[in-house]
Amino acid sequence: MNTFLWGGLPYLVLGILVTGLIWRFRYDQFGWTTRSSESYERRILHIASPLFHYGILAVLAGHIIGIFIPASWTDAAGVSDKTYHLFSLIAGTAAGILAIVGIVGLVYRRRRYAPVFRATTKNDKFMYVFLVGNIALGLWAKLSHADYDYRSTIGPWARSLFVLQPDVELMTNVPTAFQIHALIGMALFAILPFTRLVHMFSAPVKYLFRPYIVYRSRDPKQLAEGRTRRGWESVEP
Amino acid sequence: MRVMAQIAMVMNLDKCIGCHTCSVTCKQTWTNRSGMEYVWFNNVETRPGQGYPRRWADQEQWKGGWKLDRRGRLRLRQGGRLRKLAEIFANPVLPTVHDYYEPWTYDYANLHEAPLGDDYPGARPRSLLSGRPMEIEWSANWDDNLGGATELGPQDPVIQKIREQVGEKVRFAFEQAYMFYLPRICEHCLNPACVAACPSGAIYKRVEDGIVLVDQDQCRGWRQCVTGCPYKKIYFNHRTGKAEKCTFCYPRVEVGLPTVCSETCVGRLRYLGVMLYDADRVTEAASVADDKDLYEAQLGVFLDPHDPAVRQAAARDGVPHDWIEAALRSPVHALISTYRVALPLHPEYRTMPMVWYIPPLSPIVEAVAETGFDGEDADVLFGAIDTLRIPVEYLAELFSAGDPLPVQMSLAKLAAMRHHMRAINVGDPVDEDVASAVDLTAQQIQDMYHLLAIAKYEDRYVIPTAAAGDARRLEESVMPNECSVGVVEGEPGPLGDDSGRRNLPMVSLETFHLTRKRQTADREEEL
Ligand code: SF4
Ligand code: SF4
Repeated sequence: MNTFLWGGLPYLVLGILVTGLIWRFRYDQFGWTTRSSESYERRILHIASPLFHYGILAVLAGHIIGIFIPASWTDAAGVSDKTYHLFSLIAGTAAGILAIVGIVGLVYRRRRYAPVFRATTKNDKFMYVFLVGNIALGLWAKLSHADYDYRSTIGPWARSLFVLQPDVELMTNVPTAFQIHALIGMALFAILPFTRLVHMFSAPVKYLFRPYIVYRSRDPKQLAEGRTRRGWESVEP
Repeated sequence: MRVMAQIAMVMNLDKCIGCHTCSVTCKQTWTNRSGMEYVWFNNVETRPGQGYPRRWADQEQWKGGWKLDRRGRLRLRQGGRLRKLAEIFANPVLPTVHDYYEPWTYDYANLHEAPLGDDYPGARPRSLLSGRPMEIEWSANWDDNLGGATELGPQDPVIQKIREQVGEKVRFAFEQAYMFYLPRICEHCLNPACVAACPSGAIYKRVEDGIVLVDQDQCRGWRQCVTGCPYKKIYFNHRTGKAEKCTFCYPRVEVGLPTVCSETCVGRLRYLGVMLYDADRVTEAASVADDKDLYEAQLGVFLDPHDPAVRQAAARDGVPHDWIEAALRSPVHALISTYRVALPLHPEYRTMPMVWYIPPLSPIVEAVAETGFDGEDADVLFGAIDTLRIPVEYLAELFSAGDPLPVQMSLAKLAAMRHHMRAINVGDPVDEDVASAVDLTAQQIQDMYHLLAIAKYEDRYVIPTAAAGDARRLEESVMPNECSVGVVEGEPGPLGDDSGRRNLPMVSLETFHLTRKRQTADREEEL
């Protein structure tokens, strides 16, 4: 069981994520959007949305630091374990709280304003459960095990995944809260391509580098509305 | 010099009767879908008035278009690229649907399902956004024909500006009121701020005909373009989460047909034709220091197809032969560059708009005639232009960044044309001085009269088809030989509305079915 959860599942999730994204990109360019509801309501959104997005970006950065920077590096840089953990606790909690406050605001707004609620699909609600649940769980895990040293267990485990030699043992004794957080996190990654969250993969970084005005030619290949299948071309001259 | 061609439009405001036919036919063709209920690619607003969306022309509030930074370079008024990305999670200056208006339908079912009683049953309005009963407080044309002008008029940004600057008393008292209509579509600008504002690069200007379009597959719903466009002519489809805009009816224009708004215009006041311009000079012209020079600067970007060197350069730069031929006969070029009676709308936004306007003259003639003078006498008219019923200052704020001169010149030319043609019609001797006083020849005045007053269909619309060789194929692209009725109504897909890969239904078919549904639906839920 442990082998599957910590040695197989992550690869399965990665597989779903990658194939899901490719499939979605090919099947559904048109549905690939933020589906913003800002045009219905802007007061709450103007506070909650940046809170959530910046919060969650900071959380992401925190996870990356926690997982990919081994303790030996920070030791070498002369940062004591205590300082590191204090920093991680404070910054992590702050980011988590930003994200939580933001998303609670967003969910409240979704429920409170009829137009926004009507524009919420089943898919969205399903996704929100995972998203909100996992942020809350993560924060709870962090706060309830404030001095837990994840850098000797979760960190090395996650890194071991990337070198294709998953060290399952490392995860077996991790506190349950962290384990659940990791599992739901994986679930979130797995459903990601099929929800509105895909918009994160089209973060418009290219915008910083392209010329302001975009010109395009009519593409001769895209002129006809439907793709005519072979053998069904028009017979008219 | 890099010659490019664009299909541009001129509207002769003198003739607009404010019938909204253009808006309605446009809506039936393009935006009669859910998610787009509040959208009018073509709208006709009464001026003075707030316009649609409310007070769109106030760029202090909406931050649309370009401005010059301290070093004199063009910058989006909304902010630089980094700033825009930083604000992407909540656009601080995005108009909400309420700035346009909340779309609604009526509870028709109640009319025939209400129990028998003493009162007549009514059909209450229901919001198409929330599905709940609502009060109708605003719509796309709430202040049509100066409705509520005493309260709403002072909120017209142009009126506010004039009051500040000129201190002129602008009256809305009935006997001193003035108004005219301003039909608006997307300007298909040479220096489009919407394109520059799009983080995904989904909005583009077509090389062949200058039409600005949104790639529906690449739009990711960042809504920066809505803010970027100073004319507020990009709309957010709140159902699909994508931006949509006026398409200049490109499927029609490609096969040489005028846009729907032009074709159906009751006043026959719209002109379509080719403008040749020098693409290398656009940015430079859009960056001239003084707002008031922008009109001249844009005129300087246009090229004269009658100049053989220009035609040669155009051929070299790949402008098809029939486009160059069409440019020679272009009514738009004649009105903009030759006669110089057409003016750009709000050139101070620095987007180099390509839908130009001939300012309205008629109310002047009336006002002067009322004072007992002959309204078509040239001297009286020229003198009267500054005491018009529609103040020149107002028109100047719209069409020349506040500089009265271009407006006065344009109006003087129209006045001269009336005088000249009247002399011909009543058999008076023709006074050539009148024509030369406005920098035209008698022949030019008559040609202009032919174009503006007779306005034959084939003179109003000179539209070359997309490259002749493509024509047959293009026809098929407008009329696909495969039937695309497959998906007609936007059934919500698994990943949100209209998601999934299918050939999107032809808009006309989708519209047809949705309209029928809406017209026969009894309840809001059925929509
Ligand atoms: S008027 Fe049209 S082309 Fe110009 S900025 Fe607005 S949407 Fe873009
Ligand atoms: S159809 Fe023509 S006359 Fe009528 S409102 Fe539109 S532009 Fe004006």
